[in-house]
Amino acid sequence: MYALSVKDISVTYDKQLALEDVSFAVPEGSITGIIGPNGAGKSTLIKSILQLLPTLSGNVEVFHKPIKSQKKIIGYVPQRSEVDWDFPTNALDVVLMGRYNHIGLFKRANKKEVTWAKTCLEKVGMQDYATRQISQLSGGQQQRVFLARAMAQDAKVYFMDEPFAGVDASTEKAIIQLMKEWKAEGKTVLVVHHDLQTVNDYFDHVLLLNKSPIAYGETQTVFTLDNLEQAYGGKIAFLQKAPATVKEST
Amino acid sequence: MTYTMWIILTGCLVGLTCGVTGSILVLRKMSMIADAISHTVLLGIVGAFFVTQSLNGVPMLIGAGVVGILTALFVEMLHSSGVQSDAAIGIVFTSLFALGVVLISFIGDQVHLDVQHALMGEIAFVPWDTLSINGVSYGPIAVWMLGAVLIINLLLITLFYKEIKMSTFDAQFATLIGVPVVFIHYLLMTMVSLSTVASFDSVGAILVVAMLIVPGATAYLLTDRFLILLILSGVIGVVSALMGYWFAVSFNVSIAGSMAVATGVLFLVAFLFSPKHGVILRKWRNKIEENVQQSA
Ligand SMILES: Nc1ncnc2c1ncn2[C@@H]1O[C@H](COP(=O)(O)OP(=O)(O)OP(=O)(O)O)[C@@H](O)[C@H]1O
Ligand SMILES: [Mg+2]
Repeated sequence: MYALSVKDISVTYDKQLALEDVSFAVPEGSITGIIGPNGAGKSTLIKSILQLLPTLSGNVEVFHKPIKSQKKIIGYVPQRSEVDWDFPTNALDVVLMGRYNHIGLFKRANKKEVTWAKTCLEKVGMQDYATRQISQLSGGQQQRVFLARAMAQDAKVYFMDEPFAGVDASTEKAIIQLMKEWKAEGKTVLVVHHDLQTVNDYFDHVLLLNKSPIAYGETQTVFTLDNLEQAYGGKIAFLQKAPATVKEST
Repeated sequence: MTYTMWIILTGCLVGLTCGVTGSILVLRKMSMIADAISHTVLLGIVGAFFVTQSLNGVPMLIGAGVVGILTALFVEMLHSSGVQSDAAIGIVFTSLFALGVVLISFIGDQVHLDVQHALMGEIAFVPWDTLSINGVSYGPIAVWMLGAVLIINLLLITLFYKEIKMSTFDAQFATLIGVPVVFIHYLLMTMVSLSTVASFDSVGAILVVAMLIVPGATAYLLTDRFLILLILSGVIGVVSALMGYWFAVSFNVSIAGSMAVATGVLFLVAFLFSPKHGVILRKWRNKIEENVQQSA
């Protein structure tokens, strides 16, 4: 059973090709890392899969049905920089937004939904910050609120865009633990990720991307020096450190 | 009711309607679109006149609503085809406004609808333009229009409260989970257009922008809660109207102008003294902290 299958997605911005013929399929209950240099089109890929961007071509299925009809089972953790953190609202309210589908049009959140949202905050260790204005949270705390919101969605397939960016080690651990819990519950997780050192530990599958897919498959077979050099153009100095971890596992 | 009371009531209704509606624009960082719509609705009013041959309230509201949505639509179209969004707003609003001005000069001799009046408004004349049915007068038309628009807007904001809040905070997430984000956008544009037209007679196209934007911007400095921001914006709009009226009468100056100035004064006060974001209190607090650190 594939939780997600993506066929031949291409995306252009102002006639410039940002993604070219991306195809891959993710099995249910796995954690997939989407890896590639800055500007490789990782965020673009997620947004086009979620139909937040117009695509030139391609189609996306979730559990073998068009994604359009499956949005209720999709969770999303956007890149933190993409929302207005000065918006006048508090952490609990943001988490409650994840319950929208369960609350419905014209209705207010009832006690049950609020309790649910509070539980989600608690699970990411943010219960003491429920009524804190969101701009007064640290970057890591904001990320945790986003996670709690995604958790509140109670989705089956999760997309996370750089959840580890700018968070400390303990928050990173909390996020990883949550991802693994989701996996244990049979949920499917896709994560845009930058730190090559941790790829082997975190992901079952890896998609190496640079405009078009360089390689896709199980981490052990795909995450090789050759493929990395191809994805990163062999230019980046920190690649020198990566081979050690790559070799260990292969 | 006395003329004075009608004028004050009109001013308060303008402040309340524009304050509440405009504050959402401020949060969406769309203040410039208020400027655009406040000008382009002129075209809607003239258009409504061409169709109905009268300056009746309801067709005027419909005309304004349509042109307001068109304005937002054109801006969106230009923007998505690669024009910078501020340039897109500039292009659309000047061309539609110019069209309105040209059309007005065609009908100028049939009806009292001059550009000066449309731009500046004259709240002092409002009490004379009354709604009369079978010879019975039911109070100024402006008050009826403002009251109707206020009720419509408050109703829509109440109904779509959650959706407005979510699509303003995080439009992409909202889209994903099925909030009708595009619908909310145009709904808001309609609400702004209605508020503008209803306020036209009293404060005119230019000052209505102050009434739309400044109360929201002021409230933004004072609260961290969305609901309170909406309420506070309305309150600030009303207080501005009252302050403006008092000032205008005391010094015998333009009422609408004074109301707009009052919004500016209130903003300045909040900007300097807001307990959360005020410049002065922040400086003062920093200084105390410095002193504490030095003495420690
Ligand atoms: N709104 C946009 N308009 C035009 N070009 C864009 C837009 N968003 C992204 N691009 C371009 O598309 C390409 C892919 O961008 P994208 O944000 O998907 O990269 P990314 O892999 O997520 O990068 P990062 O690691 O920096 O987050 C880049 O070249 C970028 O400049
Ligand atoms: Mg990105």
